[in-house]
Amino acid sequence: MGWLLALPFLWPITIGLLAFVARRQPHLSRGLSMAGCAGLLLIAVSIFMQALDQGPVAAQMGNWPAPFGITLVVDRLSAIMLLLAALVGLSVAVFALADVDQHRETLGFHGFYQLLLAGVCGSFVTGDLFNLYVWFEVMLIASFALLVLGGEREQLDGGVKYVALNLVSTLFMLMAIGMIYGLTGTLNMAALHLALAEVDQPAAIHMLAVLLIIAFGIKAALFPLYFWLPASYHVPPVAVTAVFAGLLTKVGVYALIRTFTVIFPPDFGFARELLLVAALATMLSGVLGAAAHYEFRRILAFHIVSQIGFLVLGLALFSPLALAGTVFYMAHNIVAKTNLLLISGTAKRMAGSFELLKIGGLYRASPLLATVFFIAAFSLAGFPPLSGFWAKLMLVNASLQQAAYWVAAIALVTGALTLFSMSKIWSEAFWKPHPQSTENTDASSGLNALPRAERFQRMAPAIVLVAITLALGLFPQPLVEFSQAAADELLDPSGYIRAVLSPAAR
Amino acid sequence: MESALVIVIGVMTATGVYLMLASNLLCYLFGLILLSNAANLVIFVAGRLTRVVPPLIPKGAEAPVEPVANALPQAMILTAIVIGFGLLAFTLALVVGCYRELGTIDADNMRLAEPLSEPSTDSSPEHRGD
Repeated sequence: MGWLLALPFLWPITIGLLAFVARRQPHLSRGLSMAGCAGLLLIAVSIFMQALDQGPVAAQMGNWPAPFGITLVVDRLSAIMLLLAALVGLSVAVFALADVDQHRETLGFHGFYQLLLAGVCGSFVTGDLFNLYVWFEVMLIASFALLVLGGEREQLDGGVKYVALNLVSTLFMLMAIGMIYGLTGTLNMAALHLALAEVDQPAAIHMLAVLLIIAFGIKAALFPLYFWLPASYHVPPVAVTAVFAGLLTKVGVYALIRTFTVIFPPDFGFARELLLVAALATMLSGVLGAAAHYEFRRILAFHIVSQIGFLVLGLALFSPLALAGTVFYMAHNIVAKTNLLLISGTAKRMAGSFELLKIGGLYRASPLLATVFFIAAFSLAGFPPLSGFWAKLMLVNASLQQAAYWVAAIALVTGALTLFSMSKIWSEAFWKPHPQSTENTDASSGLNALPRAERFQRMAPAIVLVAITLALGLFPQPLVEFSQAAADELLDPSGYIRAVLSPAAR
Repeated sequence: MESALVIVIGVMTATGVYLMLASNLLCYLFGLILLSNAANLVIFVAGRLTRVVPPLIPKGAEAPVEPVANALPQAMILTAIVIGFGLLAFTLALVVGCYRELGTIDADNMRLAEPLSEPSTDSSPEHRGD
């Protein structure tokens, strides 16, 4: 059991190191990348089944008992995050075969990609704050490398902003960890739940909460700390943007959820008020940015921001229904968002640009691509019966239950504005004729013009992801029940704590 | 002793933040160094400052003789230093790369990824057919 919980990061690290060695042999490194992602998916599925069966499971590395050694824990939330990460990892890795050029592959793209997945999965399974910091760093350094890999001028420019702000968040997190250790003498999350409840220094706890909200808020792109995201996410190859959009900000949200359910005492309302204001501002300002822009990927980047607002909103409302809504929204959003970015990459390949004014005619060129985009985009906007509708329904319902009518109103306005910016992409990129089609007819001559292997690599992940979106929308019940169970675990972490701290777990 | 170290940490943090707010990337880099060292010192102080022996168990005894120093913060700082050094090296390489490719290390002049006047946003109202 212990080994199984360590595999989500040991496996990608091993594959990643091999891929670095093999980076000059394109076939070998591509094969390794596929094997790594497929293996990760198998591992994630088996861990998921186990967490579903047994509730929270924990493993102590090296048999050191809980508050002293390194603890790995998987509860329902971690399990579904692992599953989603592995799913996105595999889809984007297939897409990257077509999208990432050979120059970047010889620079070690596949190796960095596996390290990124290792960092993400490590953050999900760790049960210890300092290890969370270490996995954040693994993820961060891999993402730095992926962002500037290839060294184009725009990449360097966007990379500076990404690196500069993310390092600040790292330092805030480190300081907060130091102070928590000084206050309680432990960094094990389960032990912290017990220890922090006994610390009678409200000022210190409030300060730690603020520090952690800043640190994880920068990672998660919360208002007003998100400006690095739209500045940098559109510069690397689109496969990199897709995996960043699907996973990196969500790791920040995951850390916030962990912190304010398991670690801090449950009667701690101050952080939730702060998070509520930040979430609402994030939703509105993100979607307004999306409405103002006219570049495919930058619109999507601003949407990432606004949807982070929804995810944090569920945490801020802090009722069983709201947290379940957050878990459901996480699953829906990771799938739909990654898919939209993959589609934007294929659209660029066919139409020649990300600028909406310079492209068009994609519906005529490829009805299949247009259909996939339509489903993913309208799911994101929350159209029934797609998956985004159920996610938003749960969150709006939760805010109405608490008589927070303003919150519900802002969520609905955000949904309407999302729809507006998605229909902008739809009408500009897919519906209107290509502006240069007379002199450059083959610019949008359709998917069939692409080589067969590339067509498969580009479309297969998008179709699989859109099928998941449809399945979640048409049959939401299993995921709703799962989310409610996950929310119950978060609101009452006694099972989690027992799994970590009881001697039988060794 | 604690209060002196706390004041040092405060001064280092303030100086680091001040430097990081500059638009010159080299200033940012120096601010980063100061701030990361301040963070390491925070962990160090959090582990209590004592002038006692390392936690070694004498021969024949079951447990170390109290009081002993806490070794855990040092282990954490060591990890943090290594990680921080790696990040610093990467950032330095990035700044050098920026200077080579973009010809500037002034963050205000780096507007390639986000042009000030995007042709698309400028002309958007007229071109939007609705």
